[in-house]
Amino acid sequence: MEDVKAIRNGAKKASDIEEKDRDYYLERRYPAFGNLVPRDVASRAAKERCDAGFGVNETGLAVFLDFKTAIERLGEDVIRARYGNLFQMYEKITDVDPYKEPMMIYPAVHYTMGGLWVDYNLMTTVPGLYAIGEANFSDHGANRLGASALMQGLADGYFVLPYTIGDYLSKKIQAPKVATDTPAFDAAEKAVREKIDKLLAIKGKHTVDEFHKKLGNVMWEDVGMARSKESLERAIAQIAQLRKEFWKDVYVPGENGEFNQEIEKALRLVDFLELGELMARDALNRNESCGGHFRVEYQTPEGETLRDDEKYAYVAVWEYKGADTAPEMHKEELHFEVAHPAQRNYKD
Amino acid sequence: MENNKLMKLTLKIWRQKDAKAKGGFETYQVEGISPDTSFLEMLDILNNKLIHEGREPVAFDHDCREGICGMCSLYINGKAHGPDSEITTCQLHMRKFKDGDTITIEPWRSAAFPVIRDLVVERQAFDKILQAGGFVSVNTGGVPDANSIPIPKADADESMDAAACIGCGACVATCKNGSAMLFVAARVSSLAKLPQGRVEAQRRAKAMVAKMDELGFGNCTNTGACQAECPKGINIAHIARLNREFLSAKFKD
Repeated sequence: MEDVKAIRNGAKKASDIEEKDRDYYLERRYPAFGNLVPRDVASRAAKERCDAGFGVNETGLAVFLDFKTAIERLGEDVIRARYGNLFQMYEKITDVDPYKEPMMIYPAVHYTMGGLWVDYNLMTTVPGLYAIGEANFSDHGANRLGASALMQGLADGYFVLPYTIGDYLSKKIQAPKVATDTPAFDAAEKAVREKIDKLLAIKGKHTVDEFHKKLGNVMWEDVGMARSKESLERAIAQIAQLRKEFWKDVYVPGENGEFNQEIEKALRLVDFLELGELMARDALNRNESCGGHFRVEYQTPEGETLRDDEKYAYVAVWEYKGADTAPEMHKEELHFEVAHPAQRNYKD
Repeated sequence: MENNKLMKLTLKIWRQKDAKAKGGFETYQVEGISPDTSFLEMLDILNNKLIHEGREPVAFDHDCREGICGMCSLYINGKAHGPDSEITTCQLHMRKFKDGDTITIEPWRSAAFPVIRDLVVERQAFDKILQAGGFVSVNTGGVPDANSIPIPKADADESMDAAACIGCGACVATCKNGSAMLFVAARVSSLAKLPQGRVEAQRRAKAMVAKMDELGFGNCTNTGACQAECPKGINIAHIARLNREFLSAKFKD
C-alpha cells in the first residue's frame, strides 16, 4: 500500500517498483491465462483491485499494464508496428510514454452492446426500418473486444443486408415519395414539438450534463460489469427518482428553432433515462450470469459466470408501453441443436 | 501528473449566432482547471458555468472524444487542433497551457465551411466530395473470398496511412488557399493503392477534384501547412499521387 500511495502522489514511478513488490493480480488468479483472460474477467478484476484501494493515478482508478517484457522479447519496433497508433493516443492523453512506463488502464463502458429488436432480416418493429451493427441485438458476449462494434456493423452491412433489404425494397420500388401531409406525420411532429417545448419551459436549476453524470454513475456502479439484485433494485429506484427530478428541475437554455446543442443533449438524456431503467429491469429479471451480464449471486467458486439454462434460455424482448408504464416482456426461446452451451473455464 | 496545480484561464471565444450574423470575440474566465483536463472537458466546464449564469453556452462540435471520429475542430491560438502535433482537439490536454494563459478559440475559417453557430462549421462539402468519387464499385452477389486478391503489405500499409484521414477539415482551415487537396488526396490515394480501387482510380481523381473546385475550395500551392497540422500526420506525398492520377486521366481525355 505504501507503493500505491507513493505512486499516487508522484513520489514514485511505476518503473521504480521492483519485480518482487509487484502484484500481477491476473497471473496470480489465473495462472494458465494470465493477462490473456477474456475482457470481462480482466475488467472486473481491475475494478475489484481499484475498489479495494490498490488503484493508481491521482483518482485511484487505474491499474498498470506493463509492456516491458513484451518490448524486451519482441523489440520496440514490433510493438510500435502493432500498437503504435494506440500508444501515441495514450501518450497524448496521459503525458506518459508507454514504451518506458507501464500504461494506466481502467475498464470503461462504451455503448450498450445491443438494444433494438430485429428480425432475421435485421428489420425492426417499424416496417422498412433496418438496424444494423451494434444497435441491434448484438452478436457479442462477455469477451467483447475492441472494434467489435465495427465488426458487427461491417458483417451486417456486408453479409446480411445485401440479401435482405432488397426483398423489402422490391415491393416498394413503385411506391411514391412518402408524404408529410398526413395525420401520422402531423401527430409525430406535434409530439416532438411538445416535448421540446416542455423541456424548454421547465427552467430548473440543473444542467442536462449534471443529470447525465448522475445517471452515468448509477449505471456504472449498479448496472455495470457486476450487478446484484440489490444493486439493480437500487438503480431502478434511483433512475425513477432522477427522471422525476429531471422533468422538474432541468434547465435547457436557448430556444427551439435555432441550432441548440442543449436541446439535443436533453432529448438524448430522456432516452437514456428510459433505456437505463430498462437495462436494469432486464438484468434484474435474469437470475443468472450470461455473456456480458454478470450477476454476483450467480457465479462458480472460481468466479465464472453461472448460467441457468433451465429457466433463462430465451431472449428477452421488451415492448415499450409508454413513458410511465412498465415495459412488457416477450420471450423468444432459444433452442440449441448442434452446438450446445457449455461452461467457460479459464482456470486450467 | 506531477503538476497538480489547478489553472485559471482567460478564454477569447468566437461567438456567432448563425451563418448570417456578424460574429465577434467574447471573453470568459474559467478557474480550477486541472492540467489533466482535456480541452473539450474544459469547454464543458465553461458551458456548465455559463448555463448556470443564465448565459448561452458555446456551441462546439465533438463526438467520440478519442481522436478517431473527426467531429471536433477548433482553431486554438492560431493553430488547428491547438498547440501539439498529430492530435485532435479532444486529445489536447490543458497541461499544454500555463496557469494565467489567455487562449483564443476560433472556428475553422474557410469559404467552403460556413459557420453554423459559434465554433460549429458546416463540413458537408467534404461529404459531397466523397459522394463524387470516394467509393469503390463492387459486384453484387456472393461475397468473394477475402484472400483471393493478394495485396503487398507495403501497398496495404500506404493505403491505410492515407485512410487514417478522419475528415476533420484541419487541412482546409490551415491552408492559406483554403484547399482541400490533402483530404481529397488521402481518399484518392488510399483507394488507388488497392486493387479494388484501381478500376475507377482516374475517374475518381477527376470527379473529386472537379467537385472540390465547384464547392469553393482553393488550389494547392505546396506550402505543406496541411501536413504539419494534420492530426493524423497524412503526408503530402499523397497529393503527388492524386496529381499523377488526375494528370494521366486528363491526358486520356
